[in-house]
Amino acid sequence: MSPAARGGIALSHFFLIVVAAFVLVPFFWIVAAGFKTQISLLQGEIFFTPTLASFREVLFSKTTEFLDNTLNSLIVAAGSTLVILVAATLGGYAIERMGTPRWLVHALLGWAVVFHMVPPITLVAAWFPLYRELGLDNTYAGLILGHVAVHLPMALWLMANFVRDVPVELEEAARIDGCSTPWLIWRIIVPLLAPGLAATAILMFIFSWNEFAVALNLTAKQTATIPVAIAKFAQGYEIKYGEMAATAALSLVPALLFLLFGQRYIVKGLTTGAVK
Amino acid sequence: MTAAATMHDGRWRVIALTPVTAIFLAMSVLPVLNLMAMSVHDIGWSGGRSVWTSAGAVHYQRLAEDTLLHAGIWNTLVFSVVAVAIQIVLGFFLAWAVSRIDRGRVLYRTIFILPILVPGILIGAIWKLMLNFDFGLANAILEVFGAEPRDWLGTRALALPSVILVDIWHWTPFCFLLLLAGFESMPQDVLEAARVDGAGIWGELRHVLVPMMMPVIVVTFLFRFVSSLKVFDEIYLLTGGGPGSATEVVSYTIYRTFFTQDRMGYGSAMSIAVLFGITLAIALTLGASRRHGARP
Repeated sequence: MSPAARGGIALSHFFLIVVAAFVLVPFFWIVAAGFKTQISLLQGEIFFTPTLASFREVLFSKTTEFLDNTLNSLIVAAGSTLVILVAATLGGYAIERMGTPRWLVHALLGWAVVFHMVPPITLVAAWFPLYRELGLDNTYAGLILGHVAVHLPMALWLMANFVRDVPVELEEAARIDGCSTPWLIWRIIVPLLAPGLAATAILMFIFSWNEFAVALNLTAKQTATIPVAIAKFAQGYEIKYGEMAATAALSLVPALLFLLFGQRYIVKGLTTGAVK
Repeated sequence: MTAAATMHDGRWRVIALTPVTAIFLAMSVLPVLNLMAMSVHDIGWSGGRSVWTSAGAVHYQRLAEDTLLHAGIWNTLVFSVVAVAIQIVLGFFLAWAVSRIDRGRVLYRTIFILPILVPGILIGAIWKLMLNFDFGLANAILEVFGAEPRDWLGTRALALPSVILVDIWHWTPFCFLLLLAGFESMPQDVLEAARVDGAGIWGELRHVLVPMMMPVIVVTFLFRFVSSLKVFDEIYLLTGGGPGSATEVVSYTIYRTFFTQDRMGYGSAMSIAVLFGITLAIALTLGASRRHGARP
């Protein structure tokens, strides 16, 4: 390797390490803040004696709702992911492989583009009065439906993309063997789509877990998700910074787990729609 | 139509399309029609039921005079253009740097992906603490260099740049990821050839990398630009649109009008105007790209 090339690589590492530090410092700082007392936090101490008080308060105190919020987030994220996967897989397959009329394909994909681009708050405004009339506000079903509507467009694009990669020959062979359509989808298509399904599922779960604008306006105390709870902390009359930081630190856990165990799928999901 | 298509009978096709179509009709077509109806009414609540009184086109006329909304539109555009442009440039160099090294690629990628996966509201919370006047890290660093502490989120001139900074921190990783995929799918022999030709690092950048990456850059820009027009979470927590209207963005204006001020008729008119504007922008972009013969 030439000295110039080696120099280029050293420079690359230097640049990457500086940026990596920029990315990581806020995370470390917020986790550290969770281990501080309110006084030590307010004084901006760098060296401090760690205490679990804030975490204990968030997890176990009588007034805390963190575990309820976590359960709500899990229910809504799992529910909406499941509905999205079914609708997007069937829809994507129909768009790519079932001879769906062109105008309908264009209408569905066009709808997906428009409603992917629209700010969710305009949709929430549209749902809100209907929800109140129907009694759907402050219910899991209502919020799940909302998250499905907001994230289905992207899932439909992704699944249509993944279906396109399934060789048509396999389907034809299965047909000749006398497979019915549901059998074909369940036993041939779905297993071949497994990596794509995993990528879509992880992304949809994360999106729902993170979603705020919809959850803020369609939930109340009983159904509030973690992002809504974090926002509440920041707006109290007297902000409990320590508990806010501890809640923030705890809500990072799913992202870290996905990053460690599902990074391949996350990268696949995020890059498929755009680069292909 | 492929050969496989002819083998499906119509009944299964209807069944396969039903969930997507039902959600489409129930969650966007119907509500948007309702939104249109609401936009020409004044709406109040009485005993859990809504009470509608006709308002004609008054709400739409008011849109033209609403200075807060205009500030929101302007700030949203400034925010999106500036933040995304910087994200693309930074993301490009990060992706380039990662594509040049052999060791540590996965480690860097893992670190850089983290902000994408974190709730926007959490990013807001983290930076609200980081930028806090009294105990935030930003002012602590300034203090080390002997500089005066600043009220990052509370002064007119600094609030929007601060929010843009947070957005850059949040979303540069996404641009990095897409651009890295672009670098990785680039034919190696072209890069080798450019190096052998002795184009030099800047020559390589200008004459080979940027032109070849252009399609990915454009797609990444559009993707991010569209998403950043929706910005809400971070603003909600960091500044609430303030000070004054310094960080007011469209989503926040609609939220405030519709949900906190309970002006549902007027909020609906705003939503319809935004929906209309975005649909128009998409149609124009598609039209333009078709005329240039490129697929979007």
